[in-house]
Amino acid sequence: MPALVQKTPMPGLRLSAGITLTMLSIVVLLPIGALLLKGASFGPGNVWEVVNRERVWTALLLSFRLSVFAALFNLVFGVLLAWVLVRYDFPGRRLVDAAVDLPFALPTAVAGIALTTLYAPNGAFGQLAAQIGWKIAYTQWGILLALIFVGLPFVTRTVQPVIEEIDREVEEASATLGASRPHTLRHVILPMLTPAALTGFALALARAVGEYGSVIFIAGNIPLKTEIAPLLIVIQLEEFNYDAAAAIGIAMLLISFAMLLAINIIQIVSRRKMGHV
Amino acid sequence: MTISITGLTKSFDATQVLRGIDLKVEDGELLALLGPSGSGKTTLLRIIAGLEWPDAGQLVVAGQDWLALPAQKRRIGFVFQHYALFPHMTVRDNIAFGLTVRPRSERPAPAQIDATVDNLLNLLQIPHLADRFPGQLSGGQRQRVALGRALAIQPAVLLLDEPFGALDAAIRRDLRRWLREVHEKTGSTTIFVTHDQEEAFELADRVVVMGDGQISQIGTADEIHDHPASAFVAQFMGASITLPVTLRGGRAEAPGLDARELMTCAEADGPGQLHLRPDSIALESDPASPWVLTRKDSNGTDLRLVLTGPDDSQIDVDLPRRGAPALVVGGHFRLRPLWGAMFSDAGPVAPAAPIRLSA
Repeated sequence: MPALVQKTPMPGLRLSAGITLTMLSIVVLLPIGALLLKGASFGPGNVWEVVNRERVWTALLLSFRLSVFAALFNLVFGVLLAWVLVRYDFPGRRLVDAAVDLPFALPTAVAGIALTTLYAPNGAFGQLAAQIGWKIAYTQWGILLALIFVGLPFVTRTVQPVIEEIDREVEEASATLGASRPHTLRHVILPMLTPAALTGFALALARAVGEYGSVIFIAGNIPLKTEIAPLLIVIQLEEFNYDAAAAIGIAMLLISFAMLLAINIIQIVSRRKMGHV
Repeated sequence: MTISITGLTKSFDATQVLRGIDLKVEDGELLALLGPSGSGKTTLLRIIAGLEWPDAGQLVVAGQDWLALPAQKRRIGFVFQHYALFPHMTVRDNIAFGLTVRPRSERPAPAQIDATVDNLLNLLQIPHLADRFPGQLSGGQRQRVALGRALAIQPAVLLLDEPFGALDAAIRRDLRRWLREVHEKTGSTTIFVTHDQEEAFELADRVVVMGDGQISQIGTADEIHDHPASAFVAQFMGASITLPVTLRGGRAEAPGLDARELMTCAEADGPGQLHLRPDSIALESDPASPWVLTRKDSNGTDLRLVLTGPDDSQIDVDLPRRGAPALVVGGHFRLRPLWGAMFSDAGPVAPAAPIRLSA
């Protein structure tokens, strides 16, 4: 009897599960597996030795610290941008809406060169910043700028549909119960946006950690100062030092995995709080 | 709290939604705003709540000018059609929201808030749902939570927008009786909006019938039922049949019509219209009548009849199947309406004559 009970409208669970798992393996698991295998053949002791050097630690710390800052900035600014795009009608709104996706579409090298041109000490904005003694390109500010640029669409695009679905009546209900606008925002609106905003934050963070193309143009790549971890991997590759490249790669993989896992756990908890299981 | 509304108008872009509303609501009254969609009833409710602002007019509640107060300061309980519960809060937190949101100096102690919420949960008959989230509740349960949330702040005025619109018939009947009881216990001035005349008449002390941004009639269920003030009100009361008649001495006359059972009206003599409901017309066999039974269907309890009359006009008549006279398709029948409203093309006689019951 149980065999006759169809639990899902999808036909052929085994077939569809087989296809998705195969695809996932080829696209995601195989390359990661190969990386780990490379590390295993190199030996954990050797991996640790490669990573445990000042230049590598500094680059890893720089990469992850700036990525977190960029993702945090995008979290705040992205939610704000999504709110403005959904709730306000102004001339050119559709244009701005479309422009949000540009960082997705633009080759990252183009973005990097454009940002460098603008923010270099002799560039349009760089000159202004230089007047107050603020150097942007070829410093960590420049890296942060590039990471913010490439990560911007993630939060906006994940939060936007959620804001669109918020019932206006929920805000009105809050007002009739005596809540001020800031209170409504803080205790009613933001909690409703939290799960989506966290997803966007995780995506922006992941993107920033892995970003290479735009950063190398604006960073200046000074060892121990503006050298990011992905660049260090490329440098090892150019010296045909594949084992060391894999070692740094594994270090990045583990840190990224730990961070994304943490975000996911926060997300599950916050979804539980909304009554979803 | 008495509510006094004078000369209220409101337009959205080019459409005028309210065209001069005058209304007085007594303290502790349960009032229904009844009308078809687009009649402006919800806009009127939202203006009282402070969610919308009129273009002109006055809104005074208990001697206070409410148009000078934002929604937050009016202390109203508003129940939205789709409940608008906070999805990330438990039922308990939803109900307590109006209390916890108050500034520290006015906020009751936590133990007192808990006690208030417990009381309400009991009144609403949902104490077992206190720790659920809105997403885990049925429509009727959400409606109760929404009402509880509105009542928690002990509102000066309770406003409900189509409170039972999204619920099925059985639950609706239950909740209706229960809302009446809650109103009697709390005694707060209550206004609700509905498009369902049965709901309005059953629940409210007085009903305000609205059409096209104006008040068409205010009265008790009996008053509106017996004397609809206009053809619009009559039609909204279910009088879907309009017959051309001649009025003489407050009575309607037409071939094949026997209007003896109708009350006389204070309308001028001459041509006019008689508005009838399909379910309050009796049929009597009469070979001289121009009305011919042309169709006869049954839905089990009622017969649905179609009669064709002068100029090929057709009317629907619903009769209970049990005890219906033997009706043969093709037979001629006289219409004997049991309820109806008539209006002369020349308007009412002036001065308005007292309305007498027919002998």
